Amino acid sequence: MTDVLEVTLRSVSVLAAFLVLPLLVGQAEHKVMAHMQGRLGPMYAGGFHGWAQLVADGVKFVQKEDITPAAADRRVFRFAPAVALVPYLVAMAVIPLSPDLVAADAPASALFVLATTAVGILGTLMAGWASANKYSLLGAMRSAAQLLSYELPLVLAVASVCLAAGSLSLGGIAQAWSPWWLIWQLPGALVFLVAAVAELQRPPFDMPVADAEIVFGAYTEYTGLRFAFFLLAEYAGIVVMSLLFAVLYLGGWQGPFSDQLGWLWTLLKGLVIAVVIIWLRVAWPRLREDQLQHLAWIVLVPLALAQLALTGVWVVVSA
Amino acid sequence: MTSSAGQRELTVGMGAGGLATADMVLNIGPQHPATHGVLRLRIVVDGERIVSAEPIVGYMHRGAEKLFEVRDYRQIVVLANRHDWLSAFSNELGVVLGVERMLGMEVPERAVWARTLLAELNRVLNHLMFLGSYPLELGAITPVFYAFREREELQAVMEEASGGRMHYMFNRVGGLKEDLPAGWLERVRYAVRAVRGRLPELESLIVGNEILEARTRGVGVLTAELIGAYGVSGPIARASGVDLDLRRDEPYLAYGELFGPSGPGRVVTRTAGDCLSRLEVLLEQVHVSLDLADACLERLHSLPQGPVNVRLPKVLKVPEGDLYTATENPLGLNGYYLVSRGEKTPWRLKLRSASFNNVAVLAEVLPGNLIADMVAILGSMFFVVGDIDK
Amino acid sequence: MSEPRTPRSGGALPGLLKGLATTARTLARPTHTTEYPDAPPHLPPRSRGVIALLEENCTSCMLCARECPDWCIYIDSHKETLPATTPGGRERQRNVLDRFAIDFSLCMYCGICIEVCPFDALHWSPEFEYSELDIRDLLHEKDRLGQWMPTVPPPPALDEHSAEPAEVAAANKPARPARAAGAPPPARAARAERPERPERPARAERPARAERPEGTARPEPPADSVPAEPPTPPSTASESGSAETKSPEPTSGEDQ
Repeated sequence: MTDVLEVTLRSVSVLAAFLVLPLLVGQAEHKVMAHMQGRLGPMYAGGFHGWAQLVADGVKFVQKEDITPAAADRRVFRFAPAVALVPYLVAMAVIPLSPDLVAADAPASALFVLATTAVGILGTLMAGWASANKYSLLGAMRSAAQLLSYELPLVLAVASVCLAAGSLSLGGIAQAWSPWWLIWQLPGALVFLVAAVAELQRPPFDMPVADAEIVFGAYTEYTGLRFAFFLLAEYAGIVVMSLLFAVLYLGGWQGPFSDQLGWLWTLLKGLVIAVVIIWLRVAWPRLREDQLQHLAWIVLVPLALAQLALTGVWVVVSA
Repeated sequence: MTSSAGQRELTVGMGAGGLATADMVLNIGPQHPATHGVLRLRIVVDGERIVSAEPIVGYMHRGAEKLFEVRDYRQIVVLANRHDWLSAFSNELGVVLGVERMLGMEVPERAVWARTLLAELNRVLNHLMFLGSYPLELGAITPVFYAFREREELQAVMEEASGGRMHYMFNRVGGLKEDLPAGWLERVRYAVRAVRGRLPELESLIVGNEILEARTRGVGVLTAELIGAYGVSGPIARASGVDLDLRRDEPYLAYGELFGPSGPGRVVTRTAGDCLSRLEVLLEQVHVSLDLADACLERLHSLPQGPVNVRLPKVLKVPEGDLYTATENPLGLNGYYLVSRGEKTPWRLKLRSASFNNVAVLAEVLPGNLIADMVAILGSMFFVVGDIDK
Repeated sequence: MSEPRTPRSGGALPGLLKGLATTARTLARPTHTTEYPDAPPHLPPRSRGVIALLEENCTSCMLCARECPDWCIYIDSHKETLPATTPGGRERQRNVLDRFAIDFSLCMYCGICIEVCPFDALHWSPEFEYSELDIRDLLHEKDRLGQWMPTVPPPPALDEHSAEPAEVAAANKPARPARAAGAPPPARAARAERPERPERPARAERPARAERPEGTARPEPPADSVPAEPPTPPSTASESGSAETKSPEPTSGEDQ
């Protein structure tokens, strides 16, 4: 009985975090981006500096008509948003905020997170294929091409951290972290950040949804709640990737008063990374798909391999 | 979806047919985020590579030339400033300059300098628009906000003098509609200084940005031969090394003095002819135009008291004859061929607009490029759809 | 002519970092936007917002309607005979304006009508908040056009180098002060100094302008009309006003 209660409690709290944290990031994007551009951003919804803007957006999306194009592959089209969204929900369950605060303490959670987040791209592919729209198709093909370019560096970068910590569990990695990693694992961290932004399809790697080129890529035909799910998936992805970065490279809950405030440290570090991801969007144009491939194979993969070698050598030498 | 020239069978979107590929016809526009309106490009793509491209124009055709024929010369100004809505003042200028030349009318000196000033401010406004929108097409969302802050600064002074923010309607045959408001010159000086002072912020997002350079350097190269063949003009032509600027070559208004040996005017050119050099020309022209505006302000301060227009007859009739008047508009050569039969309306007023020719060259440049490059090239042609379709 | 220049700003920073630095700097500074509905924009007096009609000055001469490039002005009038004021005198005829309407869905805001009006019956007002949900409601009849009159600002002083107004040069009429005489205010100050726009009354409580017979028409300064009566829908107010002052001639039916 207590087991059932505990599972329910854990699931509900993950779901709550999944619904709240992306909205926080989204609101942060609204406001940070606006002020970086000399604007105020939303100011009216909710009264105080537009804090409820995304809630209002959600209400609007719910009210909108849910359109499925006549020529679309109906089942795939309607199922795609779920495929994009759920992997991040699952991934969030295994990310620890502090040694005790983790919904599901999986033994090889680092591996698990990488595996689940890679599924999300399928949603985009399905959406693009099923939409019966040329722009959507181009967008889907671009995200498929993008998958090839970021997945390998991402895995290699994480492998280096796992090697350094001697653990495949996220909790174990954060526990083994020390400030020295900030320098030692720096190349890997940069590779991870770039690859994460590419996975999230955020500028400067937002070619699959490039609005000036292919309208909105795979999501062109989506409306209402299904469209909102794709947006939610994007921001949930930012949350997952930022927290992952915080846990892998910034020591997660390590900091002053980590016994009581460890979860806050993880969240704060994650928020900083999320703001950096937002900042890149504000400041930079987007690359071309082939330029990302170029970057990935010429720069990121060799860099990640070098990091892996460096980590291996140091681990062997210091052991 | 059709196959191009019947070479290969169509398989795209069918989920069958093995690994054979086929060309796909993709309509960019008439409703598309990158076309600033209703330009349509019918492109044939092989994957993302463009096989052929054809600009299809006319969705915004308003029959401007025909409308000119049933309007008197003041009413024509209303219409003429609307085809290129980003260069309204320069458009007005072409009409009134043509009429004044045919009438042999002498325009007061203060009007000449005020017109030059306003034309240069209008040029800055126009260029700022594209300096904001072009990065937007390349995915940079911030420059447009910085550009519009500067535009607002200049639009405020334009509005104070003319009453309009886009369609100034401030030119009249023989000068300007009314005199400048008191203290306006000071406020223009302030606005020009403010814009010049804040331009580095806009430039810091564009100039030297590695991503932007990767997207634009060597992309969409226009040769001088193509420029000549298609009648491309303006900053686009100058970016390919075609050193043509009517302000210097066929001076009108006060440009003869400004582009003279000791004047601040200079013609900005580049040689590469790619998207990046087109952007660079635009950016540098903003600086030149701000310098020109300062020179005009200086002169307007020192000119003696005098009118800004001449008294016109109640019914203005242009003597029989014809005349072609071209001006260096922000986007290129803008010409009006005025044929008069001595009536109060023109018998024919042919409009040569810059964007029409500038966009026509797309069919030559686009093939071989990727769709992403297509957007980069399209944006770097700096066109206004109204100026294409008239 | 000129060679490609080195980047002007940011010094030795790589281009990508320059962009980050600029956006971060902007983040730390106050914004450059204003919250429009809460903070009304300061529009210069020449701003072409809406066309106001001073009905008393209109003689139904039709010049504006004929000069309008897109024919968006509608004028109906009829002739009225006034009895002789002195015994044995001649009867006089005058034009009575029945309808004056501007279709702002067609108007191109060129201002030619205002320029050609020989009796200063039309004026620009900077007001711009008259959007409608139905395009047909953009057809403003004369009572609606009259309600814009209080918002018409006085014209700005002219530049010190401007020519003397023809009236001043011709015959130093005392009624017309020389506008160009005053020294221009220093930079920027003029914009702040500009007379405050008259308080914008809500649409329903704008003073409805009663029509007056021509004899008593006086060009009143724009700011002096304050809503004296309790708010009434404009159309009914103008109707009651005209019923009192106008001769019992069959008045127009179209404009209601």
